[in-house]
Amino acid sequence: MIIEVKNISFAYENSLTIFRDISFSIDEGQIICILGPNGAGKTTLLNCLANIHKPTKGKILLDGKEMESMSSKEVAMNIGFVPQIIIPSFSYEVLGYVVTGCAPRIGIFEKPGQEHYEIAQQALEQMGISHLSHKYLTQISGGERQQVSLSRALAQRPKVILMDEPTAHLDYGNQIKVLRVIKKLAAEGYAAVITTHNPDHALLLGGNMAAINTKGDFTYGNCRDVINEEFLSSLYGINLNLRHIADIGRDVCIAPPL
Amino acid sequence: MNKDKYLRHVFILSLLLCVLMLAALCVGRLSSNPVDVYNAIRSKLGVAPIMNEAMETVLFSIRIPRVLASMMIGAMLSLSGAVYQGVFRNPLVSPDILGVSSGASVGAASAILLGFGMVERQIFAFIGGILAVALATAIPKLLKNNSNLILVLSGIIVGGFLTSLCAIMKFVAEEQTELSTIVFWQMGSISSIKMTETAAISPVFLIGTVLLIGLSWRINILSFGEVEAKTLGMNIKQIRGITITCASLLTASAVSICGTIGWIGLVIPHLARLLVGSDHIRVIPITVLLGAMFMLIIDTIARSLLTVEIPLTILTGLIGAPCYAWLLYRQRANIS
Repeated sequence: MIIEVKNISFAYENSLTIFRDISFSIDEGQIICILGPNGAGKTTLLNCLANIHKPTKGKILLDGKEMESMSSKEVAMNIGFVPQIIIPSFSYEVLGYVVTGCAPRIGIFEKPGQEHYEIAQQALEQMGISHLSHKYLTQISGGERQQVSLSRALAQRPKVILMDEPTAHLDYGNQIKVLRVIKKLAAEGYAAVITTHNPDHALLLGGNMAAINTKGDFTYGNCRDVINEEFLSSLYGINLNLRHIADIGRDVCIAPPL
Repeated sequence: MNKDKYLRHVFILSLLLCVLMLAALCVGRLSSNPVDVYNAIRSKLGVAPIMNEAMETVLFSIRIPRVLASMMIGAMLSLSGAVYQGVFRNPLVSPDILGVSSGASVGAASAILLGFGMVERQIFAFIGGILAVALATAIPKLLKNNSNLILVLSGIIVGGFLTSLCAIMKFVAEEQTELSTIVFWQMGSISSIKMTETAAISPVFLIGTVLLIGLSWRINILSFGEVEAKTLGMNIKQIRGITITCASLLTASAVSICGTIGWIGLVIPHLARLLVGSDHIRVIPITVLLGAMFMLIIDTIARSLLTVEIPLTILTGLIGAPCYAWLLYRQRANIS
């Protein structure tokens, strides 16, 4: 067990509680999809796991240690974070961007050395995009940027990778490619937690899922056990159908005609 | 760009800076003959008899301090511009962003109104600049919001307020004497610089530059924004604190001895990025070299083009603004 979430609640200052009393754990090689309608608190939950927000109640244990008491450096050695989109203020070279994943292991007045650039290069190879290493961030497509961002998380050598809506800004083909990468990383032993707007992505990935609805109710379990028509319809507030397509060999979530 | 090409840039720029420095030492009203300068140095070192005492005085108590000061001021303003742009993730930011210049103006103007001399004016300007930054960084703490945007907005609030304060001082100032002194101070000049002032700013220059070069890679990470920097394990408060403090001290020291000088802190970092790319590991040293060079050229023109000294801001604007337009033209494809 890498991360243990124990009874956490979260409320922004001077506002209603987003969610309360959430508990679950994250193991090696596990995929967890966080589902929920807009504004329910998917990203807030992910940010709590990333130590960006501190839960107002409860605690998160990372390798048995309370995360709140750890420095951001210690957390970053175990948890990699892939933001929804990277909008660079300056056009950095891809390799130079990825090497910043080594930051938790480099002293504050030091600069990355040969070995760190090798780690970055390996991370790019792992993602199959080493040909991009000398391109500039402004020269590559959104899909490629997502892969670059994921490479940087890999260069952090984390146990868990958190991804905030990794498919949100991608075309359909790139969405599926990113899901494949997530599946592959999980097979290599990384734990992956992603937020997504598409319940079908949870079905495709087939791991565990966590759902938060607008009332802040939390549901956690294996996709196959939790996802049914009734659950999805109530989560998103519209009628949704779940069908097994025999010749494709999987369950699909589809909306009825408009 | 590979490392060899970058090192070649550093080497060529350093060489060029040395050549320009020697050339600037030979330019002046008294004599523009390099032989006179050479003789004056030899006699000062005691290897040759004194041939031209006036030349020796001019060289050692006027030209050398001034040339050194102009290079340091250029480097300091450009460096703090580059650092602020990185930390605030905005290539349009200049060293005045946190109100340093307006604070320094208020300080200098009050010293002028109180009838103080040069030294007090510089001390007041320095204190004014630092107080302005302290105020601008205190507002986000009061609002309990640590974001960059709030900090920039606080800088605008403090700057705006202090600019008005300075306007009040100009309004009540004696028109013929005090007002013109304030106005000239705000246009920037290194004309009355002496070795003591040059020596006074050099520790800040050296320490600030070394620290910021040391932190240059961290500035890359800060430029990704707070969330990314934190998830990369960075102690944002600490690193941002050190970089902003260094950059503000650099600006305040420069402004306190030469008045406010526009454009240089905005333009030079852009030029550096055009030369070596965006990585701050390279941008920062190149910015220091280019800034020193640019200011040296500007100040040499300011003191030798006409029989009167030309205020520096006039020249930096006249030269800097078209330069900036040219840079935008070169980068137009990457700007949206």
